[in-house]
Amino acid sequence: MSEIKLTINGVTRTASAEPRTSLLDFIREHLGLTATHMGCEHGVCGACSVMLDGVPVRSCLMFAVQADGHDVMTAEGLRDADGAPGVIMDSFIEAHGMQCGYCTPGMMVATHALLSQSPDPTDDEIREAIGGNLCRCTGYAQIIEAIRIAAQRLRDAT
Amino acid sequence: MKPAPFDYIKATSLDHALAALAAHDDAIVIAGGQTLVPMMAMRLARPSCLVDLNEIADLSGIETSEKYLHIRAMTRQAKVLASDIVRTKVPLLTKALSFVGHTQTRNRGTLGGSIAHGDPSAEIPLCAIALNAEIDLASQSGTRTVAACNFYEGPLMSVRRADEILSEVRFPIWEGGNIGTGFQEISPRHGDFAIVAVAVQLQFDADNICRRAAVALGGASPNPVRAAELEAALYGQRIDAALVAKIVGSIDRVLSPTDDLHASAAYRRRVAKSLTMRAILEAAI
Ligand code: FES
Ligand code: FES
Repeated sequence: MSEIKLTINGVTRTASAEPRTSLLDFIREHLGLTATHMGCEHGVCGACSVMLDGVPVRSCLMFAVQADGHDVMTAEGLRDADGAPGVIMDSFIEAHGMQCGYCTPGMMVATHALLSQSPDPTDDEIREAIGGNLCRCTGYAQIIEAIRIAAQRLRDAT
Repeated sequence: MKPAPFDYIKATSLDHALAALAAHDDAIVIAGGQTLVPMMAMRLARPSCLVDLNEIADLSGIETSEKYLHIRAMTRQAKVLASDIVRTKVPLLTKALSFVGHTQTRNRGTLGGSIAHGDPSAEIPLCAIALNAEIDLASQSGTRTVAACNFYEGPLMSVRRADEILSEVRFPIWEGGNIGTGFQEISPRHGDFAIVAVAVQLQFDADNICRRAAVALGGASPNPVRAAELEAALYGQRIDAALVAKIVGSIDRVLSPTDDLHASAAYRRRVAKSLTMRAILEAAI
């Protein structure tokens, strides 16, 4: 067992896990944060996307021990300080950018990553940003719409 | 939890990693992990010990010397893609990297990891071969340099020994003239591994005459191959579609495609020709 200490959504947490535990399993099972979804578990679907040190990565493609000492943000971290859904979640709800919701946390993390880099993205940039996230339900059009709305609202807010 | 159990060593320096690798039978290094972790999850790889290179600060970084662009092995693909130095010194690499995976995998995946892994249709090894990059292999007995064209011995196989760590890749900088690049590939979806990919870098003089040519193809042979005969035929020419159509046939002699799940050998040959023509014309603009 290895002791792993990391910052997750702004809070420092420590837990121990076997080295073979993926960051994804660690977040869900050891830290009890279940917004991050487990899809393919081999790097294809993007449902497990989290921010690591400020950039989006697939949490199924690294071991929890590798995140020791690092900063992680999951979809839970997109909520406002008072626990309200936050701009990105709200926009997904408004545009109905989901059906079953399985891909949604990953899509929202990808959205956060995009909008923190480019507040006014083109549709091509939006498509590129979610290019590594599969959705089996929506056909993507409403997800793209949700991201447009989120971008607009975040710009208006600043 | 899918991988088999293993011991984990977080290396703090290259020497530490090399010592750990030498001390454990059956130890392997993990770079970005974007290929290795799925292989371990499927138990296609079951190392007893994993030596992690991710915390070794001096294994990443991009620098130039007089003749070369130096990229340390653990430099993330996203960093290479975003680098202005890379864009100005080795523009082909920047162009190719936008075809490599997705944002999330490029943030973790490394330049050295892709080269060490050696997938026959991966874009980064293709560029290394096109430009004849130099590859440094470090071990406890010192560092040796291997030319990219001598690095691979087959799909996923290279001359790297089990006790060696790929530490740096150097891409030659083409000085002078106008540099044009072309990168074309066909893949099931953008970001997937290519079925066939073609990388082209050309240098033109003030009269638009081609003075240097690099053309390489991936996915249509066990490892990427240079199209030397075609490069020679481009030299000294003003390039247009008629010329390219006339000389492109020579690539047939360097390709040895096989049938697989994604495409037949015949399809790969046919598409290789079209993509090569497009990539050369893209580079000639
Ligand atoms: S669960 Fe990680 S990419 Fe699918
Ligand atoms: S909403 Fe069902 S997978 Fe995207």
